[in-house]
Order: sequence, then C-alpha cells, then structure tokens
Amino acid sequence: MSDMTMEQRLALNHYDVDTEAHIKIKPDVCQDCDLRPCLYVCPAECFKLKEGKISFSHEGCLECGSCRICCDQEAIEWAYPRAGFGISYEYG
Amino acid sequence: MCCLLFIPQTNKILFATKAEPTSARPACSGPRPPLYSSAMSDGLEVVVVGAGPAGCAAAYTLAKAGIQVLLVERSKFAGGKNVTGGVLYGSVLNELIPEFWKEAPVERRVQRHVISMLSEKSSVSIDFNKDTSDHPESAGYTVLRAKFDRWFAQKVEEAGGMVITGSRADDLIMDDGRVAGIVAGGDSIAAKVVIAADGVNSLLADKAGLGISLAPENVNQGVKEVIKLPRETIEQRFNVTSDGGAAIHFLGFCTRGVHGGGFLYTNQESLSLGIVVQLKTLLDNKLKSVELLESFKEHPTVREWVKGGTPVEYSAHLVPAGGLRMVPQLYTDGMLVAGDAAALVLSTGRALEGLNFALASGLAAAETVKMAREKDDFSQQTLSHYVKLMSDSFVLQDLVRFFGAPQFLENPRLYGVYPELACSLAGRVFEVDGNPKSTVWQLAREEMKGKVSLWQLVRDAMAARKTI
Repeated sequence: MSDMTMEQRLALNHYDVDTEAHIKIKPDVCQDCDLRPCLYVCPAECFKLKEGKISFSHEGCLECGSCRICCDQEAIEWAYPRAGFGISYEYG
Repeated sequence: MCCLLFIPQTNKILFATKAEPTSARPACSGPRPPLYSSAMSDGLEVVVVGAGPAGCAAAYTLAKAGIQVLLVERSKFAGGKNVTGGVLYGSVLNELIPEFWKEAPVERRVQRHVISMLSEKSSVSIDFNKDTSDHPESAGYTVLRAKFDRWFAQKVEEAGGMVITGSRADDLIMDDGRVAGIVAGGDSIAAKVVIAADGVNSLLADKAGLGISLAPENVNQGVKEVIKLPRETIEQRFNVTSDGGAAIHFLGFCTRGVHGGGFLYTNQESLSLGIVVQLKTLLDNKLKSVELLESFKEHPTVREWVKGGTPVEYSAHLVPAGGLRMVPQLYTDGMLVAGDAAALVLSTGRALEGLNFALASGLAAAETVKMAREKDDFSQQTLSHYVKLMSDSFVLQDLVRFFGAPQFLENPRLYGVYPELACSLAGRVFEVDGNPKSTVWQLAREEMKGKVSLWQLVRDAMAARKTI
C-alpha cells in the first residue's frame, strides 16, 4: 500500500496547473549550494537533482512554503500560485 | 477599468493605480479573479484576508453585527488550500455558532484519545475512552478542512458578509504609513481596517512589518494521507459509535529521531494519517517527511489500523511551532493579524493546538474592530485592544504558561530514548521466560543502562512538569 511513487501520490490530488511557475529558482546560486535543503524538505519532491543541477517543477507543489524557509541562499523567489491555480484539496 | 481608492481618514476617494494591468492576464488560461462591484470601490469597512478558521470567525462575527465585511480567499473555494492536523475543540466555535455540531460538517466527535509510544516493532499506549455525547460543546471533533472551511465561509455569507474566493491578496494599500486596504487580483480594495488571516506564509503581515520570522527551528511540516475506509470498518476497528471517533497521537520511532510525532484521526469514511516534524531536525537527519510517513504507515501498530484502506489524497502544510517567542506584534495602524499568520499556535508537550487559537483570535480581532468602529478610530493605539482581549482569554494565557514548551521539546530523548524505553520495559514486563522474575523497577534500571541516567530522567521529568 505504501509502494506509491511521488507521482502516484500527487496524482491523487486535484490541481489547476498554471502555465507559468509561481516559484522560481536561481540555478547559478543552487549550483554553488552545498546543503541543498530543498531536495529534502519539499514534501512533493518538486526539486530534483539532474546531472548535478537543481531543477524545479511547479506542477505538484503543495504550496506549503518549506523551501522558502529552508533555502538559506536566497535562491528561491516564492509566491503563491495565481488565484484559482494550484492545489485544490478535496478533503484537506 | 479603473479602481478607486477610498481614504477613510479624509473621506476622500482617490484614483489608485492598478497593481496588474488587465492585459497582463492571459485571456483564457484558467479561472479569473472576479471583478469587484462598484459598491466596493467606495471603500469597505473591513477586509478579511483568508477564509480559514481565523478569517471566517472574524468575518462571521462582524457580519453578524451588521458590519460591512469582505472575506477574500485565494483558493477556488474556502478550505481548498487547507489541511487539518488536529482536533477541533468545540468551546470557541460553540460561542460563535451555538450547537454548531448539528449543522457543521464535522467528521466524528472524539470519544477515544490515545497516546502511543513507538519503538521499531512495538508500541505502548495510553488509551482514554469516554462517551462525549452528553457534552458536545466541549468535546473534540475531527474535521476535514476542505469541507469545514467551505461551510464556515458559507455561514459568513448567510450572516451578510461578502465572500470572494479565487482571489489572491497580493499587496496592501498603504496611506501615510497606515494600512488602507488590499490589492487583490489587480484591484485595489480600500478598507478602514484589514484583518490578515492568510496563514503561516502570511505575505500581507510581512508587508506590514508584522510578519513572523519563520525558520527551520520554529516551523513544523505536516504531511498527511487521507485513507478511505468503509464507515462500519472504522467503527468496528476503532471501537467507536456511529458518530464517535478516535484521535491517536504517536511519539517515537515514527519520526526516527526527527523532532515531532504522528497522528491518526478517524473521519466518517476515511482516516487522516500523518506526521508533523520540525524542519530543522528533518534537515539535520537528511530525511524526507514522505519517507517517514511511509515507514510510519508500515509500522506493525499502524498497519493494522489502516489495513485495507485506499489513499485518496496526499497533502502538506506548515505549522508555526515556536510558541509565544515567535508571536509578532499583532496590530498596526489599520491592520490586525490573526491565526497562523500571527503564529498563534500553542505548542505543549502534549500537542500543537492551532484551530481553537485561530478561532479565538479571529473573534478577538472582530471584537476589536467593533470597538474601533464605534470610536471611528483604527489607529494602532485603539487596535491594541486586540492584545488586551487575547490576554483575557486562553489565547495569550496559554501561550504564556507554556512559554518554555518549545525549548523543552528540543530534548532529543523525547523522540528516541524515552519511547524506546517505554516499549522495551513493557516488553520485559510482559515476558515470562522461565527465569526468576525481577520487579518493574529493577527491569527499568536494567533497561535504562547506557541509555539514560537516573539523574537525567529526574531532570527531564522536572522540566516536563511545566510544559506538559
């Protein structure tokens, strides 16, 4: 039962996905970051390490704000999605 | 489209610049924020931002008093961005909406409270059972916020308040150093006073200089699965009545050394299973909360509770957990901050309690506004009445009493050694292996060896006196 991948988990939820990302990262700054807390604290695993580079995809974001708090490099430009977009919990 | 800005102090209406030109919005890429009626361009009395329990309590109280109030919510519907990780106790809500349990979409009235300490393979629990049907006003209720907040916002509307969902408040209108309204969806909405109840990541409070300083040390992350199970299975498995429920809190192996705990609540036809962990120790241990949630779900004790269920939702939310030390100044000229936006969450050694604090602070904010309105003075000085009201209620009294709790909860033994000890000691007590028996005290001393000294245990117990 707990053999769900993150993709399967997020697929349980309802999202209105915006075409534009509400959170932006600064890849140059991320490149030099040693700790990379975003890789651990994002509960939706929106941050990925691909070929040594941090990438961010906003589609599965749960809008919790953990990345905003844990990034000590000021590499994250954080905002809520535009009105009507993003996660929409059915249960909550 | 032009927007008018009303300056309450001078009774002047001024043209305001729009925050976002209409053309900047893609024409058909999704829901569009509603346009505000011309009545609003004259300036409102009160704008409340955020339709969670704090915002709804404030808006409802004001609407009931016949005061013009607009409640603005960024989600498509109230509750759509919110997550429950706790039990809603009825006392404050009952004050606002008497006998709320007869109409509110509460899930189950808690009759069974369990505290369970986990080791890797076993658990020791305190299981408190009591029929709470004869005092529903002070009982705890399990809730699902997408349903509950939606109902509450509807109550605001029924009481005569205006509710606009799908509208994100992006900025404050500032006038000569005081807050004079908000900017939402590109429209300026002037108001005599703003109540910011926009949650833990309150961008409005930040803009007014009242923001809480969030840090990995003082913020907990909750992740949760809602697991569908038939109603009858829940009632049999948890031994609860048809409207009764169970609230189970876990401590120990479920967080694998990370500060925090787990929870399991019964809803009508589902379970809420989650963990709440401090961001700092999560990072220190390089663990992901979803991994903790998964292994928690596989724990022999938990596995039996959730067996046969189907996950239907995965959610995450932050909880301010720094206690009073974290609470910012709660008001400024033209604005009050309530709920999670003001970090009004009680952290004790027992639990994190935010729902009632949100409701009570929303109510106090509304009462303050009512008073300020009579004087037609929304200055900082008048709005300071808010703190007075909360000092007279449990909100600030509890936060003061448990001032030291967040520090006490920094003790790693609470999440590792102690739950482990409780389980290993129980294992020894309930074991007959043919050898001569020892007393429980002798067994305890043996189990403590190399893990914690008696002196340390006494010191921790003394510290716990003030914080649990």
